[in-house]
Amino acid sequence: MGGEPRAYKRRRSRGAERRAAGLSCHRTVTRLGRNIGIFVSTPGSCSNPQIRRQQGAAMPFGNTHNQLKMKFTSEQEYPDLTKHNNHMAKILTPEMYERLRSKQTPSGFTLDDVIQTGIDNPGHPFIMTVGCVAGDEETYEVFKELLDPVIEDRHGGYKPSDKHKTDLNPDNLKGGDDLDSDYVLSSRVRTGRSVRGFCLPPHCSRGERRAVETLSIEALASLSGDLNGKYYALKNMTDAEQQQLIDDHFLFDKPVSPLLLASGMGRDWPDARGIWHNDTKTFLVWVNEEDHLRVISMQKGGNMKEVFNRFCTGLTKIEGLFKDSGHEFMWNEHLGYVLTCPSNLGTGLRAGVHVKLPNMSKHAKFEDVLKRLKLQKRGTGGVDTAAVGGVFDISNADRLGFSEVELVQGVVDGVRLLVEMEKKLEKGQSIDDLIPEQK
Amino acid sequence: MASSFSRILSSKRQIGILSLVGGSVTAGYLLQHRDHVSAGMPVRRVYPSSAEYPDLRKHNNCMASNLTPAIYTKLSNKVTPNGYTLDQAIQTGVDNPGHPFIKTVGMVAGDEETYEVFAELLDPIIKERHNGYDPKVMKHPTDLDSSKIQSGNFDDRYVLSSRVRTGRSIRGLSLPPACTRAERREVERVAVDALAGLKDDLTGRYYSLTEMTDKEQQQLIDDHFLFDKPVSPLLTCAGMARDWPDARGIWHNNDKTFLIWINEEDHTRVISMEKGGNMKRVFDRFCRGLKEVERLIQEKGWEFMWNEKLGYILTCPSNLGTGLRAGVHVKLPLLGKDIRFSKILDNLRLQKRGTGGVDTAAVGGTFDISNLDRLGQSEVQLVQTVIDGVNYLIECEKRLEKGQDIKVPAPLKQK
Repeated sequence: MGGEPRAYKRRRSRGAERRAAGLSCHRTVTRLGRNIGIFVSTPGSCSNPQIRRQQGAAMPFGNTHNQLKMKFTSEQEYPDLTKHNNHMAKILTPEMYERLRSKQTPSGFTLDDVIQTGIDNPGHPFIMTVGCVAGDEETYEVFKELLDPVIEDRHGGYKPSDKHKTDLNPDNLKGGDDLDSDYVLSSRVRTGRSVRGFCLPPHCSRGERRAVETLSIEALASLSGDLNGKYYALKNMTDAEQQQLIDDHFLFDKPVSPLLLASGMGRDWPDARGIWHNDTKTFLVWVNEEDHLRVISMQKGGNMKEVFNRFCTGLTKIEGLFKDSGHEFMWNEHLGYVLTCPSNLGTGLRAGVHVKLPNMSKHAKFEDVLKRLKLQKRGTGGVDTAAVGGVFDISNADRLGFSEVELVQGVVDGVRLLVEMEKKLEKGQSIDDLIPEQK
Repeated sequence: MASSFSRILSSKRQIGILSLVGGSVTAGYLLQHRDHVSAGMPVRRVYPSSAEYPDLRKHNNCMASNLTPAIYTKLSNKVTPNGYTLDQAIQTGVDNPGHPFIKTVGMVAGDEETYEVFAELLDPIIKERHNGYDPKVMKHPTDLDSSKIQSGNFDDRYVLSSRVRTGRSIRGLSLPPACTRAERREVERVAVDALAGLKDDLTGRYYSLTEMTDKEQQQLIDDHFLFDKPVSPLLTCAGMARDWPDARGIWHNNDKTFLIWINEEDHTRVISMEKGGNMKRVFDRFCRGLKEVERLIQEKGWEFMWNEKLGYILTCPSNLGTGLRAGVHVKLPLLGKDIRFSKILDNLRLQKRGTGGVDTAAVGGTFDISNLDRLGQSEVQLVQTVIDGVNYLIECEKRLEKGQDIKVPAPLKQK
């Protein structure tokens, strides 16, 4: 390409065009795809033909488009990241771009797909966003040259050789039922799960997204006892149902954040999105928002142990139900649970409380104490909101490299200490002897 | 339209079986051994098109009205030579159901071949949007000979400004929804190169969005030339805002009467304008400038996307043909309040907008009046229609000022 003179492009026949694009053979593949009879099989016979080679098939996402980019040099395609401040921009050198740009995951997710959100959102001078997303489980493998350093930067030096421990046994949590409810207004634990074998929200086709929804509905419908509940599909809900979910603070909206939209997570909204919650409104699952599943356990007051119990029990049950239907969650011993955003790898867990700390929050050492306890603060509206009336959302800062039990333990112990400090400050006493060591 | 397929869609068992077959357990086995996952071995869960067909039951746009499950099935196997697919083309229409009163188009082209490869969907959309124009049998006339224009110098007491705009695409490079960064940069390079060759009253300068100084930016805002990153979901869902502001920019001549936008919603948008009512001069400059730019790119071996069925090829099907909108800002305080106003405009093949552009309200009885049509009539014909129509509107306003009555004109015969 470049500045060379271009001959007048004579219009070719459709067939000639397709042959030129190397697509002559794809028809047989997709004709099979339309023959529903082929797809009736038993779980045990999940053999090769169904995980099908799809070189050059058009949809979904046959990745013929990435081949167009290969006609240009790497230098011509390399994004302008000079004004950017996110993890991706700091790590993606032109040389790395050149090495990775011809690669694709088995489902056709490419480097440009990974980084588009980071290009379109240069970032904030103070907040360091990640700037890349995964389109499927294999993204973390195929593009590890980029993602391993991103993960290392984001997760406190986590190395490619490190192993992540998963521990969802709530009995291992010590205490946690003793946080003072005069100060701790509510307790909540959330995480995400991805269904292995399906593309993630930035990349999934409508058919895949609907399949994830169907599997999730089936699994959740089998929950019973205090986990008995109901699913509300976003596109079918009545006005009354919608209002109730808003009042309960359960309803999630179409993403407006350009961080999410630029990666393609808002496509086809609200198709195959929905909310499930149990009758007692203490266990909630979001389907197909930023991840396949977001799982939330919560209740008023300070009994984090009960919240975590329900969290682990519910998650374990859901995982079991998925396994019964022949599916499992994306997980490996290096990255733990695999989710769309690299910042949520490992446990994907955020355990937090809404806690009244009007005195503590005004103390000069507040930020420092939080740092030592490996906790972070947010406003009660969630990330990027301000605290109202001295009430803060306090949660674990880490996600990867620590188990679920370890992280929740850290929150429980840390919040207990913060409340102790708050009480001392109320009485006009000093808290210097309570300042903890750096964890 | 979706009835037979909604039955299939709602059959959970069917989809459940399909998902079993995806073999996630097998995939899981492969994935536990990191070495087995190799790049470049395409593996993909495949669903029948019935499971992929979008839910368009709450939609009101031209795409949704015309995309039957049968057409979807047929076209989902196809791809343009550049790799653009049906799902990509319709994504904006799926994501933006539309408005009960305003019918948007609901799809875009990623390249010139989109209009051919997906003709089965685009032809009915074009027919619906462009008053029955049938690309299969009709030909679109192109005429940029501004000497044919009759009158065209409006009464300055009524017409505050005159403006003609269109778009042009560079053949051989993908359109904004689909272009790669390198292609977009190439469009910029080709266009800026050509514009640097313009002379006399067309001599001008290019301002790249990535490099402009604060001072230049402020000047462009004051001149009302600067365009912003698109916020309309109609555009962002189609992928037109990717990599902003890379390879975007504004060129204008020193007189500030000829302006080119580069890589906004189209490869180029070309605008000729000036204060007052001399539409003839505006159109003169428009044609001259366009022809000169075309000559300059042809010298380097490039050309505009054009064919005799669809005229000039642009990103949005609503802009095919001439892509031309010729308009004036005109004071019609009395006529604007007359109940016959809308009908008069309809019959004259004109549309009104507020002075802020599409979807704004008229302020102080000043309206933006322009041609309704784009495809099926030539540039000269459309500009003449605007000239004749605006002259008629001004006559009506003058008559109303004198307390005389006005008449609704007979509808213009459409070709």
